[in-house]
Amino acid sequence: MTTRVFSSGIRRREDPRLITGRASYTDDIKLPGMVHAAILRSMYAHANIKSVDTSAAAAQPGVLAVYTGADTEGALNPIPCAWLIPNSDLKTPAHPAIAKDRVRYVGDAVAVVVAETRYQAEDALEHIVVEYEPLDAVLNPKAAAEDGAPQLHDDAPNNLAFTWAVAGGDADAAFAEAEVTVSDVITLPRLIANPMEPRSAIAQWVGATGELTLWSTSQNPHIARFLSSVVTGVPEHRIRVIAPEVGGGFGSKIPYYPDEAIAAFCSMRLGVPVKWTETRSENYLATTQGRDHIEEVEMAAGADGRITGLRTTVYAGLGAYLSTAGPGIPTILHGLMYSGAYDIPNISGVIYGVFNNGTPVDAYRGAGRPEATTLIERLVDLLAARLDVDPVELRRRNLIPKFENGHDVVTGLTYDSGDYEATLDAVLDAAGYASLREEQARARSEGRCVGIGVSTYVEICGLGPSQVAGAVGFQGGLWESAIVRFHPTGKVNVMVGSSPHGQGEETTFAQIVAEEVGVDVDDVEIIHGDTDLTPMGWGTYGSRTTAVSGAAVTLATRKIKDKSRALAAHLLEAATEDIEYADGRFFVRGSPDQHKTIQDIALMANVAWDMPEGMEPGLEASAFYDPPNFTYPFGAHLAVVEVDTATGRIDLQKYYAVDDCGVQINPMIVEGQVHGGVAQGVGPALLEGVVYDEEGQPLTGTMLDYALPRADSLPDIVVQSSTTPSPHHPLGVKGVGEAGTIASTPTVYNAVMDALRPLGINAIDMPLTPEKVWRAIQGAKNGG
Amino acid sequence: MYPANTTYHRAGSVAEAVQLLGANEGAKLLAGGHSLIPAMKLRLAAPSALVDIGHIAALRGVTLDGGSLKIGALTTFAAIASNDLVNAHAPLLAEAAGVVGDPAVRNRGTIGGNVSHGDPASDPPTALTALGASYNVSGPGGDRSIAASDFPTGLLANALQDNEILTGVSVPTLAPGAGSAYVKYPHPASRYAVVGVAAIVAAQGGRCSSASVVIGGVETTPTRASSVEAALVGSDLSDGALDAAAAALAGDFTGDAMSDIFASDEYRRAMAAVYLRRALGVAAGRTG
Repeated sequence: MTTRVFSSGIRRREDPRLITGRASYTDDIKLPGMVHAAILRSMYAHANIKSVDTSAAAAQPGVLAVYTGADTEGALNPIPCAWLIPNSDLKTPAHPAIAKDRVRYVGDAVAVVVAETRYQAEDALEHIVVEYEPLDAVLNPKAAAEDGAPQLHDDAPNNLAFTWAVAGGDADAAFAEAEVTVSDVITLPRLIANPMEPRSAIAQWVGATGELTLWSTSQNPHIARFLSSVVTGVPEHRIRVIAPEVGGGFGSKIPYYPDEAIAAFCSMRLGVPVKWTETRSENYLATTQGRDHIEEVEMAAGADGRITGLRTTVYAGLGAYLSTAGPGIPTILHGLMYSGAYDIPNISGVIYGVFNNGTPVDAYRGAGRPEATTLIERLVDLLAARLDVDPVELRRRNLIPKFENGHDVVTGLTYDSGDYEATLDAVLDAAGYASLREEQARARSEGRCVGIGVSTYVEICGLGPSQVAGAVGFQGGLWESAIVRFHPTGKVNVMVGSSPHGQGEETTFAQIVAEEVGVDVDDVEIIHGDTDLTPMGWGTYGSRTTAVSGAAVTLATRKIKDKSRALAAHLLEAATEDIEYADGRFFVRGSPDQHKTIQDIALMANVAWDMPEGMEPGLEASAFYDPPNFTYPFGAHLAVVEVDTATGRIDLQKYYAVDDCGVQINPMIVEGQVHGGVAQGVGPALLEGVVYDEEGQPLTGTMLDYALPRADSLPDIVVQSSTTPSPHHPLGVKGVGEAGTIASTPTVYNAVMDALRPLGINAIDMPLTPEKVWRAIQGAKNGG
Repeated sequence: MYPANTTYHRAGSVAEAVQLLGANEGAKLLAGGHSLIPAMKLRLAAPSALVDIGHIAALRGVTLDGGSLKIGALTTFAAIASNDLVNAHAPLLAEAAGVVGDPAVRNRGTIGGNVSHGDPASDPPTALTALGASYNVSGPGGDRSIAASDFPTGLLANALQDNEILTGVSVPTLAPGAGSAYVKYPHPASRYAVVGVAAIVAAQGGRCSSASVVIGGVETTPTRASSVEAALVGSDLSDGALDAAAAALAGDFTGDAMSDIFASDEYRRAMAAVYLRRALGVAAGRTG
């Protein structure tokens, strides 16, 4: 395959408008007659609502209406969960858009004010009087599942939303026969996605036509339309969802939220467009969060360090209600990935999905896979320490050998292609592993606490085969479609059903078309994010957009190429099979000067003055791509840290990433994805985590308390890659959006624990904030 | 993100600002706005009126007046950190101002607003207290001066009377040969000081002749480390002497301790000792 167009030389066309502030986001849109909604949110984590008095609020200046759960009950259907995992005794308690009888987390909607201005709406909120009867709350996912815990939903005893199991081989036998076992309890903190743009929705109901238009900060406008129809009752063909510029999502803009349903309800009641935009404080309460796992895990091995078994019991906090994809994250995207990059013959895991009095939990960059990779990589390090084997050597003994076309793991997945040891070798080379260990030994002899962490990973992405989606309870397909339309001038529009929001597919999809039929990249414009303008698609998440939507673009462009060849043959008076293609030209074999350019073809097809018998005019093609398998990117990362033992502060000094995401369309964008992903994965290792008090009040309510990684939290990240094409993908592409996030959490965590190991410290919960580390060091000094 | 309704007044002079404060019950002064505006957006503060003093040119800038620096209340942290006079005569203050928040905060936040707000985890009050600064105040009763050490009266509370305005800061110039250091442990999110240590030591004939040590972030107001100072004076400033001085710190914490989810009071006190020792080392190294 030529790499003429697939290169870093092409800059992201999204960037000029984004970095100069010229992009138009949902909140930038002002419609004639538009009014503003503000939502009153529960200040209690768990309480019965005794009464809501809206009379004073309704009398405030500019207020048009105040609605409560009594108003929306019956008018709006409950907010649905769309990933109904099978064989798990899944409970789906109703999730009303506005709570009427009971609130279940701080942030649950209790009432909405619609006013002429947002300020008026906010002022009026303060005049709503809610009488609550506070109830006990529970946040810890394991505690929530224990007998006697406060119960959130009558139809979910012990707060269990589901009990899901994964098994392959005979794990119990492996543990019974094991020569060595290691175990740990790993906490993956609850995380806030923190997109730059908070969520926003504008609903415009036109009663005369019965049409609802929703501008929404969605990663998947077609799903939003589908679920809007389910909740509002407006038929799907009369709903248009537009996702204008969307300022990041990281999974938190996948779900269909109560808020857009509330905006639609208000517009349908009042007959005017209604805008709702969350504040950052609201985003910290009402936008879905990630992770929140407690993982009790153990690994069995032979004395030779060969892993023979893995067992897990995982308590996955789901928050107060099931979010759109909530149940699928800790199960399908987590439990099925328990092999990681290793040949583990016996695996058994039980995942309890647990309701707790927190913000609902859904996908967050990596979604299930960082939680899996962390537990595997942590256990491998513990096993290496137990056997006194270098952790890299222990990994080598267990890595799945190179394969090019399919490898079955015992959880039931078939990895597509991989060369795991090559990426491990590459990262060791890049970092100079041997000399790093020498430096570490020197540092230790000086009393300094230096650690090296290595992690491999395999991720499942390119979601995914629709048949599998159905089999695992996803209430939709996972294919994508594209329309490629050549205009008479040879310029191209591509309409896609996916909805990129910062990932750069406006650039990379143009590169695909340019690569396939030789047009200039700048002659291709990508249209996305509007259900009236684009064909059906399931959205942008799970590192699937380039892998799945990009494949649809590829296949549609190849149809264009086939038609162009036939038209060229006609115009050149040759047989179609004698037409060859190179560099945008269709020519008669052996006579390259007898040719038609793709622009010539586009013009003729559009004017249709001289078409072959039976050929339709126009140069447009659509394709639907349903992937035959997931894709499985992989890699190896390495981090070096130094711990200040006097303070517990951690200095992340070096970071190396070697990722293999298959064929790269734009390596610069790949590198950017790895950079951002690594930073987001460092967050939970060192800095980030939602903290609630015992009453369920979030103590990390603003960015003053919730610590995100910043530029000065990170070293220069050395990014390298290898290319192992996916055997089943038309371009060999796998996907890279989540790789960094999946690898960096265990890499950095392992590095810190490696630094602390000489002190006898083997376990500290993430995030490794300095006081926790300092207390562990103090404890080791005093006790050990 | 949506402050409650308020009225806005722009003062053309300090006298007018004092008059506007008196005429508007519940009014707050607006300077750089970096403490007040966020509080208003969260509706933690809802002043009936804002009196904007940000356009009073006389309140901006740094001059050297005899043995002290005069710093106008509206002078920004960035301006202080980069000011030649401050760097020459009160490098401790330049160092502290240079580590406040982030560049955006330093470009807008003002020394007067910072001191008046009196966040116990903020850097400049710690440094100014160590420097023996005084705050110049204008009010209905005229002008007066309040020592930095007397200014805070509790958490976010100060000695300003009703309708008084802090107009500037007077900072004694550092004695020739004295060494100073501001060493900070920043909170990873807010960048406020978990612990901030301001240390000044002077030496004569190989012995410490005077010391001023103040610690921020641990208690609700800056803590003067009197025991540490006493241990330093007369010592030879050797590593052992600095160790011993730092070890004297524990007895200096007698006020209300700060504690949050990032750092407990116990941890803060322990870190104060660590950062104190580091600050003493830097300051001692800068003497002579």
